[in-house]
Amino acid sequence: MQLIDQTLDQPLEFEKLPGGLATFRARTDSAGLLAFAAHAKSIGGRFVALWGSDERDRQAGFALHVAFALAEGLALVSLPLPAENPDYPDLAGIFPAANRQQRATFDLLGIRAIGTDCDNRPWLRHANWPADFFPLRRDADASRQFPPQPEDYPFVRVEGDGVHEIPVGPIHAGIIEPGHFRFSIVGERVMRLEQRLGWVHKGIEKRFESLKLHEGYRLAGRISGDSTVTYAWAYCQAAESLSGCAVPLRAQWLRALFLERERVGNHLGDLGYLGNDAALAFGLAQFMRLKEDWLRLNATLFGHRFMMDAIVPGGVSVDLPVGGGETLLAQCSAIEREVRVLKNIYDDHAGLQDRFLTTGRLLPKIASELSVSGLAGRASSQVWDLRQQNPLPPYDMLDVRVATHRNGDVAARVTLRFEEIAESLRLIRDIVAAMPAGELRATLPPAANGAFGVGWIEGWRGDVLVALEADGAGGIRRCHPHDPSWQIWPALEHAIMGNIVPDFPLINKSFNLSYSGVDL
Amino acid sequence: MLHMLKQIAVTGIKTETPPIADEALRASAQRLERAMLAKLGRALVIRQVDAGSCNGCELEIHALCNPYYNLEALGIRFAASPKHADMLLVTGPVTKNMETALKRAWECTPAPKLVVAVGDCGSGCGNSSAIFGESYASSGRVSNVIPVDVAIPGCPPTPLALMQGILTAIDGQAKG
Ligand code: SF4
Repeated sequence: MQLIDQTLDQPLEFEKLPGGLATFRARTDSAGLLAFAAHAKSIGGRFVALWGSDERDRQAGFALHVAFALAEGLALVSLPLPAENPDYPDLAGIFPAANRQQRATFDLLGIRAIGTDCDNRPWLRHANWPADFFPLRRDADASRQFPPQPEDYPFVRVEGDGVHEIPVGPIHAGIIEPGHFRFSIVGERVMRLEQRLGWVHKGIEKRFESLKLHEGYRLAGRISGDSTVTYAWAYCQAAESLSGCAVPLRAQWLRALFLERERVGNHLGDLGYLGNDAALAFGLAQFMRLKEDWLRLNATLFGHRFMMDAIVPGGVSVDLPVGGGETLLAQCSAIEREVRVLKNIYDDHAGLQDRFLTTGRLLPKIASELSVSGLAGRASSQVWDLRQQNPLPPYDMLDVRVATHRNGDVAARVTLRFEEIAESLRLIRDIVAAMPAGELRATLPPAANGAFGVGWIEGWRGDVLVALEADGAGGIRRCHPHDPSWQIWPALEHAIMGNIVPDFPLINKSFNLSYSGVDL
Repeated sequence: MLHMLKQIAVTGIKTETPPIADEALRASAQRLERAMLAKLGRALVIRQVDAGSCNGCELEIHALCNPYYNLEALGIRFAASPKHADMLLVTGPVTKNMETALKRAWECTPAPKLVVAVGDCGSGCGNSSAIFGESYASSGRVSNVIPVDVAIPGCPPTPLALMQGILTAIDGQAKG
């Protein structure tokens, strides 16, 4: 059945994947993949994620999986690869966002992208395990430990008069995650930024394969702690889809409540730090106070400041206590009032606006070229929001209003956060008002070997995808989580160009990307 | 500007009047201040090192600086370089990719070189201590890589638990 409109010579045959999301899957060969990728790009589709799997125990070599976001939903294209020389065509020429994911996939699985101009430098492997050890191969022993080695990574050099290089990291000045940034500057202006990430690679994908389907949600909730609700929901959605589990209604509404509370909490903190990085310490103190109030209520009502492990396979582990609805509504009103005052202060503050406006611009054209989604995308005219476009219940009943901006500068990302807080507060009110009574959790039915499902959730940073396959014995055969930061990190390399070095912390904070979520 | 003054006036000074009476917090803060004066005779300088965390622990370390906990007002500062630090506050299971950087930071830290391992991952205690395991990519708890003085379990530990852990490290320091 041709569920996805394709004007190709040989259109791919997509089947609908199980579960409530519009997700489709097709198998094809190299030529089919390239043709489909080019087609997806030509109709305004977005590159979402790329990963691989070892199928040699099924006498099927390896497989490459590529996910695209189209108007119809998520289109997943799988390409079988031979056991010997598992190569596939480089997709970075069509979608540049494929570059780092291809390199990470090689480091973990040993399947390689081939093409002229193909970037085959390592990404996650920092010489701390041997080049011929591919941890995600099913016969690779995850417990093997290798002594750390020094690495000489070939950064791209910028030639020219007066060009200086400033290497920063992996450990940064400040309480942030580790990463390496190499600035090429002339005077104070940044000509080029090259990132090297992978420092907090913990072996999460391999770790999943040692877990049961019903327990993987805890690891998923710790892929990027600031998005624990988003990941747990995406994981559970995948597990529920592949096993045919019907989540009770009340649990669905509670999940949305948790997700919106996660969004507001993060936006509040970011707005504080953005003020601070533009020399308004007052903003930091005020917003961090509001965030603390927000987190404390999470702890009071749901038992955890970040709601970790609140979403579980089949439903949720905590209910809204009696009277909790009123408490939530009262807090929404209080926060709304205070944020409105703070927004006026930010808007009227000449020094702040001077630092925010036109700084760190991500042009819509580049955002689209790099497949940027989420908050960063919406600040640069990329109107992607799953809550509106591919909604899971209860979002199909909530009618989320998606805010977007064209300027793509720090100011746009600040304004968008204010607008999204207001919208989330409205959603929380609607959720509290409409939440039905009922069960909190259903049992996860057993899943067959090869049963496959995806979860795709719009977190505060953007869309998180989890692709999950069962092993037929209650365990996880393969799990690939994808963070929107994969696409946005390279966009930051563009947004900094032409800006001055001292503005980097502000610009970086305005994106606030996850390191752990991409290092895995 | 007028807005701003009004907001400050309305907010009051948050650290003095926490809305939820938090005796444990007040007591910890006072003990921390006294211990610092007695043991260090000056402010405490902390270098935070994320050696592989999921970033959840960092969220709570950030919270320490909010007006409720106001660590800076107690004379505790986060430094940019380990060279100026009395204490390393280390999160995460130590990834293989961060092991060398962590060791280097530890070598650069002058005496008393206090090390506080943060979180279930960093400390190796608690429900989530084995969440990432030890593998080709992860060396596990911080004490597998550098000597640790105090471990603060929690996933992530609350700001109050962090304050108490830091206090324990300073308290223990005179004996060492
Ligand atoms: S202890 Fe928990 S919050 Fe801290 S790094 Fe580990 S998983 Fe994340």
